[in-house]
Amino acid sequence: MKNILRSTIALLSVLVVFTSCDNASKSNSGALSSSAAEKVYVAPGEHDEFYAFISGGFSGQLSVYGLPSGRLFKVIPVFSQDAEKAYGYNEETKPMLNTSHGFVPWDDSHHPDISQTNGVVDGRWVFINGNNTPRIARIDLSTFETAEIIEVPNSAGNHSSSFVTENSEYVVAGTRFSIPIPQKDMPIKDYKGNFKGALSFISIDPEHGHMDIKFQLIMPGFDYDLSHPGRGKSHGWFFFTTYNTEEASTLMEVNASQNDKDFIAAVNWKKIEEYVNNGGGTMMPANYAHNVYDEATHSATSTMKDEVRVVNPLDVPGAVYFLPTPKSPHGCDVDPSGEYIVGNGKLSANLTVHSFTKMLDAIANNKVAGDAYGIPILNFEDVLAGVVEQPGLGPLHTEFDGKGNAYTTFFISSEVVKWKLGSWEVVDRQPCYYSVGHLMIPGGNSQKPFGKYVLAMNKITKDRYLPTGPEVTQSAQLYDISGEKMELLLDFPTVGEPHYAAGCPADLVKPRSKKLFKLEDNKHPYATLNEADTKVVRDGKTVHIYMTTIRSHFAPDNIEGIKVGDKVYFHITNLEQDYDVPHGVSMIGANTSELLIMPGQTETFLWEPKKIGVWPFYCTDFCSALHQEMQGYVRVSPANSNTPLKWSLGEDIE
Amino acid sequence: MKTLKQIILTLLCAMAFVACKNESKETSTNSKPEQTAPSEKKSGQAFIKDDEAKPTVLHIAIGSKDHTTLVAAVQAAELENALVNAGPLMVFAPTNEAFAALPEGTVENLLKPENKDVLANILKYHVTPGRYSKDFLKKFKKLGQANNGYVKVEVTDGEPLIGGAKIIASIPAGNGIVHVIDKVLLPPAE
Repeated sequence: MKNILRSTIALLSVLVVFTSCDNASKSNSGALSSSAAEKVYVAPGEHDEFYAFISGGFSGQLSVYGLPSGRLFKVIPVFSQDAEKAYGYNEETKPMLNTSHGFVPWDDSHHPDISQTNGVVDGRWVFINGNNTPRIARIDLSTFETAEIIEVPNSAGNHSSSFVTENSEYVVAGTRFSIPIPQKDMPIKDYKGNFKGALSFISIDPEHGHMDIKFQLIMPGFDYDLSHPGRGKSHGWFFFTTYNTEEASTLMEVNASQNDKDFIAAVNWKKIEEYVNNGGGTMMPANYAHNVYDEATHSATSTMKDEVRVVNPLDVPGAVYFLPTPKSPHGCDVDPSGEYIVGNGKLSANLTVHSFTKMLDAIANNKVAGDAYGIPILNFEDVLAGVVEQPGLGPLHTEFDGKGNAYTTFFISSEVVKWKLGSWEVVDRQPCYYSVGHLMIPGGNSQKPFGKYVLAMNKITKDRYLPTGPEVTQSAQLYDISGEKMELLLDFPTVGEPHYAAGCPADLVKPRSKKLFKLEDNKHPYATLNEADTKVVRDGKTVHIYMTTIRSHFAPDNIEGIKVGDKVYFHITNLEQDYDVPHGVSMIGANTSELLIMPGQTETFLWEPKKIGVWPFYCTDFCSALHQEMQGYVRVSPANSNTPLKWSLGEDIE
Repeated sequence: MKTLKQIILTLLCAMAFVACKNESKETSTNSKPEQTAPSEKKSGQAFIKDDEAKPTVLHIAIGSKDHTTLVAAVQAAELENALVNAGPLMVFAPTNEAFAALPEGTVENLLKPENKDVLANILKYHVTPGRYSKDFLKKFKKLGQANNGYVKVEVTDGEPLIGGAKIIASIPAGNGIVHVIDKVLLPPAE
């Protein structure tokens, strides 16, 4: 008893001390007012300054966040089916996921990049690559929906993608894995000299953004890891890091690390474009899908293409050079002026920076050290601008603030290091929690970065958040980079793996964001533009239901004459013309997701009834005060019954 | 047990007072515009309490009585957080005996704060990004080390020699592997 009493007193005294201390700090808060919390606080109802489009990695999607708050606004489905939005489940968007391998409902989305005009991000489209079944997607930033996906033939592990040139002439996709081109049945051990790597230059239609593979450069069988376009003075060139110049096919962690140096491939795409425009290159048979979503019909179509133009680099002398770069370089980043090309050798402790001017000079003076499969290799010393000596362990990626500073992530030492272009001195370093991959400065891949924040994306969080079992969230960390020293402001959890991101000022995108689809512009073949036109049509065992929604009912809401074994298509048009009033719908036993239909839009789901009875359907998106009343029934009769086809709203079916 | 509780309580009280003291100092001078960042020195992955996962290469070294010199060196060079990273990391861990075999005064000299970079360079020369068994190491001619240098691999009497050092034991870790070696590896002079 005495003991307990003593402990209690002691505890109380501790509490008193803590409490008084707390008061002291509270009264002192004015002196500490410039806190990180204030810098990321966006008051309720206020908007963020920047959009950040953060890829989902293995989720296959793209998330939209606000910076500096780190608030999540939307997950845009791109390469993976999304039951929330019916993407890849409804009849309209299923074709978006079509490929030469059939319907592929998942991919690994890695590197978003925003379209540019005159070297500055313009906020029209975001491009993103699917790694696994090589694809490039275009997301329209007026609807925040995936508008187009093109499959990339002759490619595998589409990783050095999807980076946009400074006038959005091309989005570029490089293969990570080299493969037989064309594919054929052959022994794996015969890789060396026989496998090839395709670098694809996909043209972008300046008005509509439509993608088309202009040409594929068929390179030696290395792994093409990352890439970035030249800009400013180096506009017209593209740079790709390579590893596995050993051309090994097994135990890559040993065999692809034998050469002291791999290469950065410098490609003069303007030269090749000219060659192609004059009829150069050859058309080779190929099979790849091109999927386009049409905003007027609210539907996607998938077209299979059967040939692609390929270019042998040896046929265009002076178009491709190799710049030796130490030890399996990963990140390949070009500074805003276009002069410096940074190769981050992930197994090297140093950062290698090449000079574009020196590269041109070495080419002009024919200073060639040798060749690889006929492609000239320049001397390392002739193209080297400088080395950042031992700034950290495991360098991966670099971005720029437009004020002469570069920021590089280090995976193993888990930090962001700030250094100066030209003097190569380290200015500051800040830890990341933990194991950072990419980092992003809004506009970082352009001539004009908005160097206020850098966002570091971490692979591992361990103890940083409340635990959620063995799988814990990955994270993004926001640093203020407006001063000489970086300041960690915020860390927030992400969806999937935040592999990479692209960002831009919100004002570029906000005014163009669509509020609804105009009903009179709806060209969907099964659209129903008013309740009077709603109907149910049988065509053999297929039934089409032309249905509408408006607060708070479906028209029709009673349907009879459906039979077991029918294929029933619900084509539902949302008649609302008010901002932010979608309707949802689902039917008991439907082997698919709900629909989420925007105002003025038509969407379709398939229902194949297997049991007789009277089955309800209802609105799945809380739409209105009478949302719970928004429901209906379908009567399902035996396959051989004679129940007549009937439909109604607001009356008994008779 | 009771004593322990009392000690903890006393410590807590002391800590609270100290915190208070700092606070009041700031109030009086009012000179610091921003909150000081938490000390970097002892934060990061290395200091996460985790008794479930397989020990990391760092924790294996810390737990070994034969590697107190190595651990002291890692701490002096502040490399703890790098050694708990996802890696994978292969650490060649010289024993206390191996360090003792260095010329007299060498270790003491390296542990001096002004020699932190030299020490870090030597320690990084003992780390390879990778995870290979002793037997598998025989496939290599050289290993690329974290300090950017290479260490030679030879095979003598069927045993791999790493920069001339023998592997006496190998302990798999959560984030790689520790090979205990009988010699300190010194990076070749540049």
